[in-house]
Amino acid sequence: MKLSSADIARYVASDISDGSYVNLGIGMPMLVSDYIPEEREFILHTENGMLGMGPAAAEGEEDWDIVNAGKQAVSILQGGSYFHHADSFAMIRGGHIDISILGAYEVAANGDIANWLIPGPRPPAVGGAMDLVAGAKQVWVMLSSHVSKNGEPKVVESCALPLTGVGCVNRIYSDLAIIDITADGPLVTAMMEGLKREDLQAKTGAILNFVPKCEILKSFKNEA
Amino acid sequence: MAEIMADCNDLKDGATVMLGGFGDTGVAVKLVDALRELSLSDLTIVSNGAGGGEYGLALLIKSGSVGKIICSFPRSSDSKIFEELYAAGKIELETVPQGTLAERIRAGGAGIPAFYTATAFGTPLADGKEIRVFNDRHYVMERSICADIALVHAATGDRWGNLTYRSTARNFNPVMATAASTTLVEVRKLVDIVPPEEVITPGIFVDRMIEVGDYI
Repeated sequence: MKLSSADIARYVASDISDGSYVNLGIGMPMLVSDYIPEEREFILHTENGMLGMGPAAAEGEEDWDIVNAGKQAVSILQGGSYFHHADSFAMIRGGHIDISILGAYEVAANGDIANWLIPGPRPPAVGGAMDLVAGAKQVWVMLSSHVSKNGEPKVVESCALPLTGVGCVNRIYSDLAIIDITADGPLVTAMMEGLKREDLQAKTGAILNFVPKCEILKSFKNEA
Repeated sequence: MAEIMADCNDLKDGATVMLGGFGDTGVAVKLVDALRELSLSDLTIVSNGAGGGEYGLALLIKSGSVGKIICSFPRSSDSKIFEELYAAGKIELETVPQGTLAERIRAGGAGIPAFYTATAFGTPLADGKEIRVFNDRHYVMERSICADIALVHAATGDRWGNLTYRSTARNFNPVMATAASTTLVEVRKLVDIVPPEEVITPGIFVDRMIEVGDYI
């Protein structure tokens, strides 16, 4: 039993407090905006210069002056604003963004993250990832699967890939567990229904600690 | 379009050219096309990306005018022209974190030669750079960037050079306008006056302007 990416997004969304300023990375983290609890308001920041980002533009109604960091046509909500790139990254670097939510190739026990480069012939591209992990108050990582396609752990003792930032990840949400990165290393606070601690440990490259009573994660797929 | 580039001493071989825009949004495509027609060589382009498709920056690169690109994200689904030249070792690349790129340009325009940022500390993009500790945190020294030319796309402009932008087509444009010896602007619409409260780029930063209409 594993959580789907939508399930993970729902758990992430439920942990974001009302009124938070949140930057969602391109790809899986963007799913979080589909699961904002009704009574809460998150103000989404997109680093190309918008606060109050709304849903993707309807087909046929795209305005290509209004795009997100993934260069997709989106919309702006009431109370939103536009600003230039230096202001946008002042919000990030200056610690004004409450939570940055990103994907990753690897996260280390001390909070190091590698998510920008797999060395190879293609030119290295970083975008805003290094600014976000260094600047946001909280950095949360979403892993669609706890291990890679080859079964290698993504949560490791130390990253093998080039780093995006050092000691900056606060929490990991995977398809199997929610793990806080603490001064004493990774601390599991929630685990997939039916999963044993030793099985989670076997899929993890760093030594895990567990809170005495882990929350049980359940798939939402049977909900209407 | 050529007249905006006539008799401009900063448009020369080896010049550093800032190009506003993010993806295809807010790019001064008509100015880039006019620049390409000058057939300059060994330009350094400062931009968020390295161009995609077969237009704008990608065509400028294909024409052989560009020796180096300073950018944050040189890859996209259709960045073939840049990637082929890069793989062949025919174009130089400096990859810069997006916020550090924006701040290096802002600093350039504000007369600040260098600054410290926590971004990229401990990563390959800090290699060879000075590191200092302030308040128990490590920071990387980054140098500002100034350019000979900035190519800016704006929504409206008046005869004093005051500019507005439309939504996220603003992106790098206002910062780059401040950091070049000569700032050339294409505006969608020339207006009699931009109301002072609505000015985003004050005219002091703008040298020449041309109306291009709503072509995007």
